[in-house]
Amino acid sequence: MDLAGILSLERSSLIKKWQEAVLDTYPADSRQFLKKERDKFSNPVGSILENELMSLFDAFLAGPDRDKMIVCLENILRLRAVQDFSPSQAVSFVFRLKSIVRERLHAKGLEIDTNGIEEDLRIFEKNIDELVLLAFDIYCRCRQKIYELRVHEVQNQVGRLLKRANLVCEIPDTEPDV
Amino acid sequence: MAKVTTPKPKETANIDHSPPLMKGWMNTPAEIRPGIYCYGAKPKNLEAVGMPFPKEWNPEDENWKLPENWKEIIEEGFKDRLDRFRSFKLFMDICVRCGACADKCHFFIGSGDPKNMPVLRAELIRSVYRKKFTKGGKLLGQFAGARELTEDVLKEWWYYLYQCTECRRCSLFCPYGIDTAEITIIGRELTNLLGLNTDWIAGPAANCFRTGNHLGIQPHAYKDMLDFFVDEIEGLTGIRVDYSLNRKGAEILFVTPSGDVFADPGTYTAMGYLMLFHYLQSQGLDITWSTYASEGGNFGYFTSHEMAKRLNAKMYAEAKRLGVKFIMGGECGHMWRVLNQYMDTFNGPADFLEEPVSPITGTKFENAKSTKMIHLVEFTADLIKHNKLKLDPSRNDHLKVTFHDSCNTSRGMGFLEEPRYVIRNVCNNFYEMPPNTIREQTFCCGSGSGLNAGEDMELRMRGGLPRANAVKYVHEKHGVNMLANICAIDRAALPTLMQYWVPGVEVTGVHEMVANALVFEGETKRTTDLRGNPLAGMEEEEDV
Repeated sequence: MDLAGILSLERSSLIKKWQEAVLDTYPADSRQFLKKERDKFSNPVGSILENELMSLFDAFLAGPDRDKMIVCLENILRLRAVQDFSPSQAVSFVFRLKSIVRERLHAKGLEIDTNGIEEDLRIFEKNIDELVLLAFDIYCRCRQKIYELRVHEVQNQVGRLLKRANLVCEIPDTEPDV
Repeated sequence: MAKVTTPKPKETANIDHSPPLMKGWMNTPAEIRPGIYCYGAKPKNLEAVGMPFPKEWNPEDENWKLPENWKEIIEEGFKDRLDRFRSFKLFMDICVRCGACADKCHFFIGSGDPKNMPVLRAELIRSVYRKKFTKGGKLLGQFAGARELTEDVLKEWWYYLYQCTECRRCSLFCPYGIDTAEITIIGRELTNLLGLNTDWIAGPAANCFRTGNHLGIQPHAYKDMLDFFVDEIEGLTGIRVDYSLNRKGAEILFVTPSGDVFADPGTYTAMGYLMLFHYLQSQGLDITWSTYASEGGNFGYFTSHEMAKRLNAKMYAEAKRLGVKFIMGGECGHMWRVLNQYMDTFNGPADFLEEPVSPITGTKFENAKSTKMIHLVEFTADLIKHNKLKLDPSRNDHLKVTFHDSCNTSRGMGFLEEPRYVIRNVCNNFYEMPPNTIREQTFCCGSGSGLNAGEDMELRMRGGLPRANAVKYVHEKHGVNMLANICAIDRAALPTLMQYWVPGVEVTGVHEMVANALVFEGETKRTTDLRGNPLAGMEEEEDV
């Protein structure tokens, strides 16, 4: 069986391991809640991570499906961009998939060199490296968005006031009637 | 009978006996991170209101420039408040750490930081209380959950007390009724004894004390802005609305947050107020705005009880000066907590005012018998109930609306039905968010109690996640594109939250939608709403 076959056979256990690995990046006292609370409105973080990691795994194996992966990564990283993670911590969960897959292969008693999946694994891990780069771009976009929102708020707070105080006189949107 | 397997000795040896909440938190100092804290109060803003120990300071610096006897000051302040506030004393003693509140805080839910569990945030203070004020704590120290007050502890207090929006969602779930918001309030008072406020709170409080509102807007600018709204309204409806300012002898004084007058999208809500009042003039409404009582909000409330009282005083003072019969307040959140729960004892009794009676319907607002101040949304709901407004809800057909219950008006006052009743009468497309995210269980906007600064944007976005997540649900399920509320901080903070989590959803006050629907005699045909957006079916007329 090739690697793709193994991965799809082991899909649910790999996804579960990956979800657990991501939740383990949160403080120990909070993990219980993030893992156990099933109501998606009471526990949006746990619910978003669980669902989006599953979709991301499927999108990664399906091709990979880049558009779908972007959506999943955006939903995950929009979250992690405002939590207590450094940039590397925020995206490092993608790398974890490498070791999770290798550990699983090992646990199944599959020797990588002898079963002819070495080349498959090399491509798989290369794709993960690309996924990390994609994640890094998306993380940066989320951070950029936060800075834009800050600037936008400041402009909105004082914009009208400056105009009303006649401190600024910008070119109007439409030409006045002659 | 279920089969029970007895664990082997090896397995039992591995059981961790320490309860999770007790694991090491006491000895883990807070790491003060940018994006989470608000800048420290500038000395000029503390000096302006006579607050102690003004200084330039940066929360990320090692040295917080504390006075030498800072510990005595806190301990004396603590003792004084234990004596004065029976609730605080009880809340220090009665928590059994059951954990019912732990996962109810939006900051915990959004961040996963255990010190944002309400029980643990309160424990930061309780641990010091035990050490200083209880025998068990003095004798047993950490075994009894007690610890010394150190600079690290003080910094931890500060970091987490200013990560609580005092929304009280946690208290809803506490079997003992502990109001963690009150613990935060007292905790913040203690930090203020050392000059450790945030500038986002201290600045507006100082401005409000001098000029009457948070932004420091002077009377002529306030009037200028209302005049601007009058012109805008005329352009949209052909109706030139009348309003009065500082008018003696009026029956009602109207007080609203200054955010409604100066910051979008609150400005459209303010236009809504002006239109409603003008509409009711011929039916006998006699109401005046004030440039002195030009702020409904009260950032003093996020500083200390005393500061809240000083800033609140202008409402009754202005009511007395103008000789009105009662006061009506605009759409504001924490303003209502102060009015409903504190104003009467802060600055009352308002025995020079009368029990509010609607001049249009004759309805007595017995709920406001004591404070003599009613909320505009209950006034409007009563008008609609008595069929006093001609409304065309189809003018809001371009909006698919959901309602965010503001913490203070829902949990603090019980305004659950009134805003919904008004919304249902002025628009046709209203969708509720899931039950565990609205009404008493509403999730905070994440920016209340003086946290709506810019520098703490990450904190606001993570704290607002549970709210945004519920909005996203109705946005995707029903196409909701408008988030209504009756709070000025919501109108200031939620647009940013929506842009981050749920792009495509805008934010409105309820009276903006009332004004969209309100049919005036002799008005020009409306093709747009108050924002200039085309009404449903009018898109082409707008293009011409």
